[in-house]
Amino acid sequence: MSVIVRAKALRRLFDVSKPWLNRVVEREPKAFLTAVADVDFEIEEGSVYALVGESGSGKSTIGKMVVGLTSATDGTIEIDGIAITGNDQKAKISEARQKLQMIFQDPYASLNPRWKVRDIIAEPAKLRGLEIKGLPERLLQQVGLSPEDADKYPHEFSGGQRQRICIARALSSEPKVIVCDEPTSALDVSVQSQVLNLMSDLQEQLGLTYLFISHDLTVVEHMADKIGVLYLGALVEEAPKETLFASPLHPYTRMLFDAAPRLDGFGREIDVPKGEIPDPINPPPGCSFHPRCPLATSLCKTVRPQMRLIGDTRVSCHHV
Amino acid sequence: MVQPVLSIKSLVVEIPTRKGVLRPVDQVSYDIFPGEILGIVGESGAGKSMTGNAVIGLLERPARIVSGNVLLSGNPIHNLSASEFRKIRGKKIGMIFQDPLTSLNPLLTVGEQLVETIIEHLAVSKKEAQERAIAALEEVGIPAARERIGSYPHEFSGGMRQRVVIALALCAEPDFVIADEPTTALDVSVQAQIIALLKRLCRERGVGVMLVTHDMGVIAEAADRVAVMYAGRLAELGAVRDVLTAPKHPYTYGLMGSTPLASRGLKRLKQIPGSMPRLGALPEGCAFSPRCDFAQEVCKTGSSPFIADEDAQAACWFPLQHTKLRSSK
Repeated sequence: MSVIVRAKALRRLFDVSKPWLNRVVEREPKAFLTAVADVDFEIEEGSVYALVGESGSGKSTIGKMVVGLTSATDGTIEIDGIAITGNDQKAKISEARQKLQMIFQDPYASLNPRWKVRDIIAEPAKLRGLEIKGLPERLLQQVGLSPEDADKYPHEFSGGQRQRICIARALSSEPKVIVCDEPTSALDVSVQSQVLNLMSDLQEQLGLTYLFISHDLTVVEHMADKIGVLYLGALVEEAPKETLFASPLHPYTRMLFDAAPRLDGFGREIDVPKGEIPDPINPPPGCSFHPRCPLATSLCKTVRPQMRLIGDTRVSCHHV
Repeated sequence: MVQPVLSIKSLVVEIPTRKGVLRPVDQVSYDIFPGEILGIVGESGAGKSMTGNAVIGLLERPARIVSGNVLLSGNPIHNLSASEFRKIRGKKIGMIFQDPLTSLNPLLTVGEQLVETIIEHLAVSKKEAQERAIAALEEVGIPAARERIGSYPHEFSGGMRQRVVIALALCAEPDFVIADEPTTALDVSVQAQIIALLKRLCRERGVGVMLVTHDMGVIAEAADRVAVMYAGRLAELGAVRDVLTAPKHPYTYGLMGSTPLASRGLKRLKQIPGSMPRLGALPEGCAFSPRCDFAQEVCKTGSSPFIADEDAQAACWFPLQHTKLRSSK
């Protein structure tokens, strides 16, 4: 198996400073929000790599950096061995980017309401200069809609059907990697299962690689081969699915697993998680999880833990 | 027998449109008892929120209640005028909505909002109201309540804001609270905190709660009983353990099966074919029959089945027998 997506020391800062004049008058320095901090990961071809985390953990920012919707402040991303960050060869970058596509969370916001489904689906293929005759019809059938739907407009479809159209659009430029940013969180449970099954089928038929971004642990457990857990922009734990769910190591992962509602949790009284996600502009020093962590010691408050390899798991914690 | 705090009997809500009359709520009946959390689940468009809005008199025209009763502690409230309803809402019925940022007034401090509500509904002085407001914030777990009472909603995080909304809903000491998707906008760890808080307050104060959500996991952990809605009708009603582990209605069975948890270890998720019909194009007979694996002739042509009383659990001509879902252990 070859690695198709490789991210190294990926960093993304957002400038959240006050306007220039305010800074001068109030003598305040520039302020930065660290959305993604030194994240490393590799995705093997034909596998599903999932990023999970709560809001503000940087999972969507990573997805956007991989497809090139946001630039990285630091670090590199390689697609099939070609660096798409900090590379001067524009032609090479655009060649690498043709292997990427994205599916967004909200199927109501990600389809142009004034375009026919036919044009929506054909656009990526057209830009690549591929043959588009009959393509929308073929793709619609592939995602479980009927070829006649090509002449309709997006508003004529339900949420689940729209997400199928989004999938068809992503497939039309024949990508190798699809970044799926919360593809089913806007959908109802019964529709969600249809869309997830479709995505699994397509992955198998076309040999696709997914970078699957979600906050829903149950969905991730079903879809992913390997899972990275993010907290406040940093990867805290990464492991193959079976290992992660059988023996989560990082205290944050454990807290997340414990807090997730369970279908058999009748009247369950859980240890309620402490606190909330801290302010990312002024994150706690040392390990960013220490204010909420049951294992925290004085070491955690000052020294940021490094990634360590324990068995199959990469984890950044002083105490596991 | 204990009197239910809220009793809904054969409630029908209709929306007249140019293309005909729609029924977003059709023959829905259930009771909520003191100290009980009744979960209402269903997919979008099933009528869960519409039922809630009908109960608290917030139906938007042209939607209207055409028949049925809503009793609050034994008194009918479905025929109250708008001004009469204002006196009950907040006082006898507390409300918690999905998005805490839009359900708080951004121009008033949380203290002002709490004091306003308390003075409106309880005969107390302003000073007393202030003290009660602080106590209410402390009770929902807001640290340093005395200092934070002068803060505006935007100065709180999402989870803290939802705690303020809960304090607002409970500060006039209502008997009954409607919580419409109270944790949907929150992260998992904060969701767990809010659910635990709701459960504790409901138990301590003996408040009846109607918990509307689409998340089966939240229902399993928080609710005592559950009502499953489909296309405006009640599909199944019963104790949460019975309904979730041994569903009688094929829709509940399909819904439970299609959650990734229930299909754990399977290569493909189970799925219900098709999607919920639009209200304008309901099939004849049972609304679920076109998607149902067990549908017979009578389901497609006969009258639609309803839950007539509390004993009948599923609105189905052929309720499933002895079907246990795979345990998700």
